[in-house]
Amino acid sequence: MRVAILVFPGSNCDRDMMVAVEKITGRRPALVWHKDSQMDPVDLIILPGGFSFGDYLRCGALAARTPVVEAMLDHASRGGAVLGVCNGFQILLETGLLPGTLIRNERLKFVCRSVNLQLQPDHGSPLLSTLDPGHSLTIPIAHNEGNYFAQEDDLEMLKQNGQIAFKYTASPAFGPDNPNGATDDIAGILSSNGRVLGMMPHPERAIGNGHPSSDGKLLLRAILQGVA
Amino acid sequence: MEVKINISLKQGVLDPQGRAVESALISLGYSEANNVRIGKQITLEIEAEDASRAQQRAARMCETLLANTVIEDYSIEVADPT
Amino acid sequence: MLENTEMRFADAEAMGLSHDEWLLILKRLDRTPNLCELGIFSAMWSEHCSYKSSKKWLKTLPTTGPQVIQGPGENAGVVDIGDGLATVFKIESHNHPSYIEPYQGAATGVGGILRDVFTMGARPIALLNALRFGEEDHQKTKHLVSGVTAGIGGYGNCIGIPTVGGEVNFHKSYNGNILVNAMAVGLAHADRIFYSAANGAGNPVIYVGAKTGRDGIHGATMASTEFSDETESKRPTVQVGDPFTGKLLMEACLELMAAEAVLSIQDMGAAGLTSSSVEMASKGGLGMEIDLDLVPVRETQMSAYEIMLSESQERMLMVIDPDQAETARAIFDRWDLDFMPIGRVTDTQRLVLLKDGGVACDIPLAPLVDDAPEYDRPYRPNELQPVLTSGSLICDFPVKDALIKLMSSADLASRRWIYEQYDSDVMADTLAASGGDAALVRVHGTNKALAISTDCTPRYVEADPFEGGAQAVAEAWRNICATGAKPLGVTNNLNFGNPEKQDIMAQIVGAINGMGKACKVLDTPVVSGNVSLYNETDSMAIQPCPVIGMVGLIDEWETAVGIGFTSVGEAIFVIGQPADCADGWLGNSVFAKLVAGREGGAPPPVDLDAEKAHGQFVREQIVLGQIKAAHDISDGGLLVALAEMALSGNLGADINIPESDTLLAWAFGEDQARFLVQVEDAVKFQALLDEHNLKGHQIGTTKDSQILTVGPDVTISLEEIRQCYESKLPEMMA
Repeated sequence: MRVAILVFPGSNCDRDMMVAVEKITGRRPALVWHKDSQMDPVDLIILPGGFSFGDYLRCGALAARTPVVEAMLDHASRGGAVLGVCNGFQILLETGLLPGTLIRNERLKFVCRSVNLQLQPDHGSPLLSTLDPGHSLTIPIAHNEGNYFAQEDDLEMLKQNGQIAFKYTASPAFGPDNPNGATDDIAGILSSNGRVLGMMPHPERAIGNGHPSSDGKLLLRAILQGVA
Repeated sequence: MEVKINISLKQGVLDPQGRAVESALISLGYSEANNVRIGKQITLEIEAEDASRAQQRAARMCETLLANTVIEDYSIEVADPT
Repeated sequence: MLENTEMRFADAEAMGLSHDEWLLILKRLDRTPNLCELGIFSAMWSEHCSYKSSKKWLKTLPTTGPQVIQGPGENAGVVDIGDGLATVFKIESHNHPSYIEPYQGAATGVGGILRDVFTMGARPIALLNALRFGEEDHQKTKHLVSGVTAGIGGYGNCIGIPTVGGEVNFHKSYNGNILVNAMAVGLAHADRIFYSAANGAGNPVIYVGAKTGRDGIHGATMASTEFSDETESKRPTVQVGDPFTGKLLMEACLELMAAEAVLSIQDMGAAGLTSSSVEMASKGGLGMEIDLDLVPVRETQMSAYEIMLSESQERMLMVIDPDQAETARAIFDRWDLDFMPIGRVTDTQRLVLLKDGGVACDIPLAPLVDDAPEYDRPYRPNELQPVLTSGSLICDFPVKDALIKLMSSADLASRRWIYEQYDSDVMADTLAASGGDAALVRVHGTNKALAISTDCTPRYVEADPFEGGAQAVAEAWRNICATGAKPLGVTNNLNFGNPEKQDIMAQIVGAINGMGKACKVLDTPVVSGNVSLYNETDSMAIQPCPVIGMVGLIDEWETAVGIGFTSVGEAIFVIGQPADCADGWLGNSVFAKLVAGREGGAPPPVDLDAEKAHGQFVREQIVLGQIKAAHDISDGGLLVALAEMALSGNLGADINIPESDTLLAWAFGEDQARFLVQVEDAVKFQALLDEHNLKGHQIGTTKDSQILTVGPDVTISLEEIRQCYESKLPEMMA
């Protein structure tokens, strides 16, 4: 299982993701710098969270147009698996690999806390196939621009094709929940071939061992199993 | 050529910032204000033979980077400084 | 040729220098300084850079110990945490700029303190803050709280360092002067600490980071003057921070240090290029020559004065070995940062600045540092405030209503509105963040964790500076011990009014004395700190606020505990209080202010030996597994601490109360040196207390229902408390 994590100037969750993946696979993933246009073949490419290029112009806008992202798009076009977390999700949307966009949180404030996610039962993704349909996960979020928005026709398509991966849901712990105003409570979506996943919450911050939950480890493990 | 690009949110896209600013205006006594939307302006110089060429280049720049065409519209003004 | 604007005393005075200071400059130079030179003197001799009013007293603080690798005098303090690792930490203020432009003032405060830590070779792993705002319904409070919170988050979140704790108070004395203190804690190898003393005459001096603009010119001087109605016009002197460049700079510097390709390094903070060049050179006993034409600038036609005094952010000054220059340059190129040799270290012990083909400045360094004024300002303490008896403060107020009133007050209500705007778990090592006693952050790749807390009770300090100074240390001590960690060292941020006033100076002296005594007894030496004076508007001074930032270590993070009750049917003990206690110290308490409507009065006395004994006991028993939850008792007293434990753990409790006419004092008195703990084996625990000769007894039991039962008559639902506890700040900020 070969995993690569892309690193941009301003990425700040790359180490966290590297530690999480290494804990699960026993192997340290490669960290690939944004200027590299060539990448060794890998099974899974991860775009981590952070503030790539300072969030200048739009979150993920400048990162999406770097040589390493070109290489990632190439990998994805050949059916390769990709995971984008938070800023990574923003970058995937900017490339058009996933439809829609992420705008400013509805209440205009950065929000950092745990949320309850529900895996959508009708998703068609091999990356999530080892998780029980309708499974609930508790994972932390930390963002100021996590409000998912898409045009009507794109939303319809996502629903029809089972491309919505996770939605924010209410829970006894966190009460009624949609932390950022995202359309249809969407917290994560898939590409049409189900092999590219973008999500706002940070699974690498929920791998147990002192973290608020170990659901992130569960999720990452499922993705890695789904890729293999 | 001096180019001024105005980027604005498409109609129908929620603008929570605009809404917050509108509330603030109203609470300051400007009850006549409504439908506040917030966009951005990008200015740059483009080397081009004429205004029309500069306009074309600017439009390409908007399509490929400067505007997020999912939610943003753009308009371009070109001025020849000579 | 030297700039020939002829300076006179009036110019010096406008820069904040006294007549005596002006005369001293003339004497040392044996001529009149030019504008640039005068600017350099005024910055280096300002209160902010020279600590002239406080230095004499700061020298009395305990600063050494076997765990101290580096005490005050460098960019940050360094404490050994074993296994070849060290923690590097400091707290710093950005009060005046934050009042003028709250977002940028707070953001640049965070940026600056982070640079102070990573310039020593430590990767920052945690941020905390201590904030004081005006009263809740003051017209500027909402704007300031909003801006400061967004600014701290805006910088910390972007640069990717978790903001894990802090404290916030509201009081009318801060209406015209808010306090924004930012603390950073980092991790380093104990044998790879980098210092600022310049090394090796002839070595190149390199400028790295953002370009220099006109930001904050004379910011250090602004921080040394009071505000008045003219303050609005000081807007251009606020610096603007760029956390993205801060992140690039941090990564590049850490890479540089890992490659050991730098000899000395200093960040450009207050008084920018001036303080960094002067300090680096003078610490090394050397001189420096800088060609100002080589300094990367982003504005045109900047004068020598402007370049030297600019406080543009995200810049560092370094001295490197010429053999390492290419390695160093390659690192900065990779991160797309300016790397510009601008001069060299000399052996002349002078600062020489070149510009436009001539000499813009040529001054000896010694007077700048050694002759920096050190005042022995006269002081006359106010009369100590009288002890207020319980009887004088107790009224016919139901216990339940008092608890709700306190928990829903701006003083004690949940700060979630603020701290959820901070990313508290980036870097994935946070074990406990805001909401408990101390923050807990794992030492990456080990089983150890650092416990960190910021504390001060300004109203106590105002009433009795010595007791108040000691209390701040004691409370931080308790907060750290309550997690199971061993306190190791302190960084302090002294925030006071105008030291030229004798009663204010007396506050400074008293607080430092009290703090010093406490640090000595508790073996928590002061390793770094900051002083912010002149926090007054139109001559109304703030409640004095000497903030203590304390860091502790726990060897096995899994043994640490939090404040929330963890299990049903377990015993709740109070430590530090005899079983027959039926009263409490209500004077100057939150209860007295909110329920009795009476501020002031002597603060609860601090018994340092008791603090030491109780803290040590609690910490040891936590690590031994005897204690499952622990909370120190401070603002609001025992019942508030209890409610906080219940809310955090989402479990209720049955509490026994004494027979008493002063029950409200027992419930809400703020007697010091006390903890509430949850233990599994009550009998064993009582025996342990007796063995250690400590006062303490069981006051209740945890239970499954979401209810607090206080004695036979009082029942309070957690939901009711939680409702008003959580809604206060969101309502205030709506």
